[in-house]
Amino acid sequence: MNIVVCIKQVPDTTEIKINPATGTLIRDGVPSIMNPDDKGGLELALTLKDAFGAHVTVITMGPPQADSMLREAFAMGADRAILLTDRAFAGADTLATSHALAAALKKLPFDLIIAGRQAIDGDTAQVGPQIAELLDLPQITYVVDVQFDGKKTLTVKKETEEGYQLLSVDMPCLFTALASGYAARYMSVNGIVTAYDRQVEILTAADIQADPATLGLKGSPTRVKKSFTKGAKEAGELFEVDAETAADLIFSKLQEKFII
Amino acid sequence: MDKSFYKNILVFAEQREGIIQPVALELLGKASELAALVHEKVIALLVGYNIASQAQLLIEYGADEVIVVDDICLKDYLTEPYTQAVSQALDTVKPGAVLFGATTIGRDLAPRLSARLKTGLTADCTGLEIDTETNNLLMTRPAFGGNLMATIICDEHRPQMSTVRPGVMRRAPRDASRKGTITPFAPQFNLSKSRVRLIETVRDDKGKIDITEAKILISGGRGIGTTDGFTKLYALAEAMGSKAEVSSSRAMVDAGLIDHARQVGQTGKTVRPDLYLACGISGAIQHLAGMEEADFIVAINKDKFAPIFQVADVGIVGDVHRILPLLIEKFKAHAVKP
Repeated sequence: MNIVVCIKQVPDTTEIKINPATGTLIRDGVPSIMNPDDKGGLELALTLKDAFGAHVTVITMGPPQADSMLREAFAMGADRAILLTDRAFAGADTLATSHALAAALKKLPFDLIIAGRQAIDGDTAQVGPQIAELLDLPQITYVVDVQFDGKKTLTVKKETEEGYQLLSVDMPCLFTALASGYAARYMSVNGIVTAYDRQVEILTAADIQADPATLGLKGSPTRVKKSFTKGAKEAGELFEVDAETAADLIFSKLQEKFII
Repeated sequence: MDKSFYKNILVFAEQREGIIQPVALELLGKASELAALVHEKVIALLVGYNIASQAQLLIEYGADEVIVVDDICLKDYLTEPYTQAVSQALDTVKPGAVLFGATTIGRDLAPRLSARLKTGLTADCTGLEIDTETNNLLMTRPAFGGNLMATIICDEHRPQMSTVRPGVMRRAPRDASRKGTITPFAPQFNLSKSRVRLIETVRDDKGKIDITEAKILISGGRGIGTTDGFTKLYALAEAMGSKAEVSSSRAMVDAGLIDHARQVGQTGKTVRPDLYLACGISGAIQHLAGMEEADFIVAINKDKFAPIFQVADVGIVGDVHRILPLLIEKFKAHAVKP
């Protein structure tokens, strides 16, 4: 079984702070990490590999710095790593990103493609389903558990607002995975030792033979008109009082506002 | 593309087991505001099986026209049949903009459609405006975990599509006297492409809790700390009556103290209750993104510099573990107004 996992390097958004004076993002010193849902997706692939034997390829579209994340994937157990990088991809929205990844995936053998549900820098959850459509594959999103019959059928638990659904599908297909379904393993010592001796394959726009009109800024139907930090709401009253007074105060404020 | 062929704002009226989802009514409310500004119609697209009886409800909440796609292959949500039904309806109707709820259904369907229709999609919007000269939607959404807001446009492609976060837009009051048209639509299905099979749909306890519908939320964070702390929150919610529910920050979900269904914030739910009582929540920006639209916010925290106080109407610097029992007693002593 050939599994390809789409992964992305992202800034750890929980570490981002706002400069209160200028209202701008402070990105200096913010660590870059493998996107958590993607890491869950890689863990899902490696779990299938452990149980059934599989060849696991990781692919990312991004700048050359993403190399370090691909080495981390090697150290976790990936067999092959591909970095899709080209200035022609710059400025891509989700659809243009999906066109580039789908074109690259067409060049690779796969039975199962796994993407993380969403990346923590954009939180769009769009690239997985868009790739599935461009490759004409069935998709299952919000995947937290996968059982394989050893032949071609996968039974999948999909998380929903009310609970979950059990679905089944034959390969080839595409899943988007949730980090909560698959707690990622640590890198193995041997994996870490050998990760930097292994080869990350580089693919450019020319290599994947995609229609240039579908890539990068040109291939992006959406664009950012403006970005801004939210203006802070006016802070209310602050009271430093003992517990009795505090309880009285809360109670009377709620009565005043007709909430109770 | 000639954008002038594309008119009106279409709302995907999500239903589950025949029940219109609250987000569909919220989207009709927003679509009505936007459509009025550009003198267009609001169209609801209702897709499912045996659901035609729900069309009138959509009219009463703001739809001028309801397009009903009723077919047994649409009984349960599955990506491919729904994508076929909606894409063919959009090809026929040619709306200028399409709004979906950012639910597990909307976020599965809309990106698949955007790739099929080769148009733009903006995810999980929290703000929608319309440029009355170009009819471009101005779609505002949080990025970088809520640290930054971005306004996105899709100016060269139609329809413009967006998923909108549940709980953010306000539904209009129901108007039983509103009139509208109901139009059936029959797509051509190619079910050989529908390769995912539904085995079963399971509801667990988390489905019973909907913190976005609660009028009062008693919310706990790191300062609540333990199961015992949460017991106090549940006791206060009970004392405050049926309108009150317990919610939490992400830390408590990660710690396994409370279910994800109760989480408020960027990776949880967006809520706008009448009262949000934040107990021991410091107020990370990801949390504030989910609750700052609450009508009235009371925060209790030991740290007077906690960011939660920046959005609170009333801030109490103090120990939640001492204040909560006193509040519980007070509410028990007073009947809560219905």
